[in-house]
Amino acid sequence: MDKFTTLTGYAAPLPMVNVDTDMIIPKQFLKTIKRTGLGKHLFSEMRYKNDGKLDFTFVLNRMPFKDAKILITGANFGCGSSREHAPWALLDFGIRCIIAPSFADIFFNNCLKNGMLPIVMGERDVSEMMREAHDGKEFTIDLERRRVIRPNGAPVPFPIDDNARHLLLNGLDDIALTLEKTAEIDTFEDAQKKTQPWLYPAQTSPSAPPAPAP
Amino acid sequence: MSDARTLFEKIWDSHLVGVAPDGTTTLYIDRHLVHEVTSPQAFEGLRIAGRTVRRPDATLAVADHNVPTTNRAAGIADPESRTQVETLEHNTKEFGVEYFSMDDIRQGIVHIVGPEQGMTQPGMTIVCGDSHTSTHGAFGALAFGIGTSEVEHVLATQTLVQKKPKSMRVAIEGMIGPGVTAKDIVLAIIGKIGTAGGTGYVIEYSGRAIRELSMEGRMTICNMSIEAGAKAGLIAPDDKTIAYLKGRPMAPKGAAFEAAAAYWRTLPSDADATYEREVVIKAAEIAPQVTWGTSPEEVVAITGRVPDPAKEMDTQRRAKLQRSLEYMGLKAGTAMTDIAIDRVFIGSCTNARIEDLRAAAAVVKGKKVASTVQAMVVPGSGLVKAQAEKEGLSQIFLDAGFEWREPGCSMCLAMNADKLQPGERCASTSNRNFEGRQGRGGRTHLLSPAMAAAAAVTGKLTDIRTFKYESGK
Repeated sequence: MDKFTTLTGYAAPLPMVNVDTDMIIPKQFLKTIKRTGLGKHLFSEMRYKNDGKLDFTFVLNRMPFKDAKILITGANFGCGSSREHAPWALLDFGIRCIIAPSFADIFFNNCLKNGMLPIVMGERDVSEMMREAHDGKEFTIDLERRRVIRPNGAPVPFPIDDNARHLLLNGLDDIALTLEKTAEIDTFEDAQKKTQPWLYPAQTSPSAPPAPAP
Repeated sequence: MSDARTLFEKIWDSHLVGVAPDGTTTLYIDRHLVHEVTSPQAFEGLRIAGRTVRRPDATLAVADHNVPTTNRAAGIADPESRTQVETLEHNTKEFGVEYFSMDDIRQGIVHIVGPEQGMTQPGMTIVCGDSHTSTHGAFGALAFGIGTSEVEHVLATQTLVQKKPKSMRVAIEGMIGPGVTAKDIVLAIIGKIGTAGGTGYVIEYSGRAIRELSMEGRMTICNMSIEAGAKAGLIAPDDKTIAYLKGRPMAPKGAAFEAAAAYWRTLPSDADATYEREVVIKAAEIAPQVTWGTSPEEVVAITGRVPDPAKEMDTQRRAKLQRSLEYMGLKAGTAMTDIAIDRVFIGSCTNARIEDLRAAAAVVKGKKVASTVQAMVVPGSGLVKAQAEKEGLSQIFLDAGFEWREPGCSMCLAMNADKLQPGERCASTSNRNFEGRQGRGGRTHLLSPAMAAAAAVTGKLTDIRTFKYESGK
């Protein structure tokens, strides 16, 4: 996974609340078995007209925002489905940081797992930055120092928990880190086998009779 | 300090593998459900890293999102959908995970299959790469949806790295009135706390109206916890929970069942346990609900009217309401019961269990679907379908003019061939009314199975309390 240290680029303003993951990447594009290539379908129903042509009233189709690395948007961004295709599509388009007053939980976690930084900021900061973003000026995200540098040079601090920041800064693979704790997982399972033996092993054989009538 | 704990805290505390100084927790996962859409990249990740599935015995896979609901013998026509289902079959074989194929009577929507097989049990941690995993909370299991990277993490380690969520209690006090169902309760909750009202929380539902619900009704409530933004929904296990599980294929047997049941009875929240947030709703004030907009929080009583965005003071929220009205093709002030519909969908992990089909069949028995409406029933699993056929429900639907389909997610998210055409308006028992959810340009009104059935007959949104039908009882 690529490290996330600093990021400088245009920020696309998307002043909408409750943007759901169906909107970010509609279901017809979930049939892929790959993580890449979804950028062209990002916000498909807003980005393309019914005839398949680009809708130039949509922010990501306009200069300089078609090269945006940052998205500034409204509250509860990424609500709905757990599809990781949503952050994959944003990342594939080139967006690695999203700034909003709040995020849906699963989407927030999905971003972190892909080296992307979701930043939670107060409504007032977000709307001020959205106005600046409209002017097509560059923002810098400094994860090391936990701050956004606005186009006017003013730094705005943002919260992020230590563990998430550490993983992003170093581009670490979560699974490899957990696998280092295999002995602890073994210990947990040994204890659980004693207190809740009915949990092991879990499955009946595939030839088991079907369930009784619901 | 009191050591009283909530149901959530009891489950959380009993699954800690390790806790870092900043609170980052390695949480053990007891059961993992897998489907075809959110797993291919996870299995691919394991393969690339040379990793294995830590507990194949605790993992169960089923294809549901992409499967056709018509002629199964013909296979899957769409090549991409077919590839995805075949990839799941191949991956489960390679990694030794049990898989219910499309031809297996146990196949169905993953959140209907888990409980039906007795895989879902109180006190467990359960995950799936699907936001509606919250459904399993109806059994007093901590169950939540995860992304594909986390699916891979669970496959490889049987754990997840988590931050402890906060807890909220939503009490539904007193009894619901006639015609009001679990679906109406949960829509009313979402209407009250909003689609982000539960963000960061695990919601425990309590109160007499919740305790009186069947397990099916409780699953409907917990299923839509995610529509309120919650991490998970929970309902304390009781006699109904234990009776439901007894004898199911994956539930413990004999003395092991008795030992498990004794443990399950220790799980309900202690009387003096506290929550970070409490919400109380009087059941008697809940009328049958129906959504008017493109977020589950955009909901009103069936006796209500389409709201007026001009009355919203916040500019971004006003813009959202205006956009919803335009997308839905509705005018502010329209009575909900004046809205005509084109399609009816009875199905989904929210409302495709046997009780839902019984409720809908009771309404349509001896009646006909309106000539302007196309209506379909998609059972939640092969076993639900077989049971409904045995009880004669399928014949009631067919006689009324409904289509009777094979089990799957179907038009809840329209990944398979079942979808709305642009501008079509659908009364749907599913869980999301987002723009384009049931097909590009499609317009969704969420409601209960009985209300969906009544709408199919009258051709418009209908108050089930004024609709005359022979009672199913």
